[in-house]
Amino acid sequence: MGIDAGMWKLAGSSSSSSTCRRFHASSLGGSSGEVKALVVDDSRINQMLHHKLLDNLGVENLVVCNGKEAVDIHVSGKQFDLILMDIDMPVMNGIEATRKLRDMGIRSVITGISSHTLDHVKQEFIAAGIDEYHEKPLTSAKLLSILNKIKHKD
Amino acid sequence: MEKKQQLHRQVVMMRQSLFDQGYVDDQFVQLEELQDDTNPNFVEEIVTLYYRDSARLISSIEQALERSPLDFDKLDNLMHQFRGSSSSIGARKVKAECTQFGEHCVGGNGEGCMRSFQRMKREYSALRKKLEAYFQVARQAGPMDTASRSN
Repeated sequence: MGIDAGMWKLAGSSSSSSTCRRFHASSLGGSSGEVKALVVDDSRINQMLHHKLLDNLGVENLVVCNGKEAVDIHVSGKQFDLILMDIDMPVMNGIEATRKLRDMGIRSVITGISSHTLDHVKQEFIAAGIDEYHEKPLTSAKLLSILNKIKHKD
Repeated sequence: MEKKQQLHRQVVMMRQSLFDQGYVDDQFVQLEELQDDTNPNFVEEIVTLYYRDSARLISSIEQALERSPLDFDKLDNLMHQFRGSSSSIGARKVKAECTQFGEHCVGGNGEGCMRSFQRMKREYSALRKKLEAYFQVARQAGPMDTASRSN
């Protein structure tokens, strides 16, 4: 899986959140270019970090600020191979968003990313329907292992 | 040219000292590895966001610590956020103090929270000074080729 510099542009601010900015990265022919990912996190730091991680691996990705925006984007018809889902977010948290997405029939790989170490929180996240859980921060190595699983799944 | 080389050497030394003195951990290396020609100031941008987040969270925690009785759930939640962002940039010592604070919250130990918060602020202040000095010199030195970097 090659690492290609992606080209990204600001796709415009969301009408539902005045402080939420969306990033849309498109690969310039990277080997992970067919995989589409959604980053769901309210932390600007983690948005930038995960966006850049995915971008450097040539993965087309979009960033939203909370669980409700993640659900809304799926209602609008967009689909993703991978969803990186934070837990603690305003409006709708990651556990509720995961439950809703699964109820909608979304079969994307949902990876829970959180700094929670409490077992009961992890268990609740798993019960909601995530495929795997990683502690923050996400690293290139962890992301590569997630992407490899998606590729082999296909 | 010699001045440039001197500056580059200084950058390498300052960077090494961040690790040797335990201010940052491997996550900082992860950030550096993400930096490239399309985002040449990526690390500094993320760290700047961290300063902004930190200022907001420290202020909120200070206000929460002035309340009586203390709302340990709220304090824990705020410090959890701070721990998360500190972890994302590799701020090792700050993260450790955040963890300590969280343990005091769980134990309902107000005095412990206060002491831990003061220590956390000192660590944060020390880290910020170090990083600001490092990025200032790094900017003066300009881009380095990968052969000049050392871990």
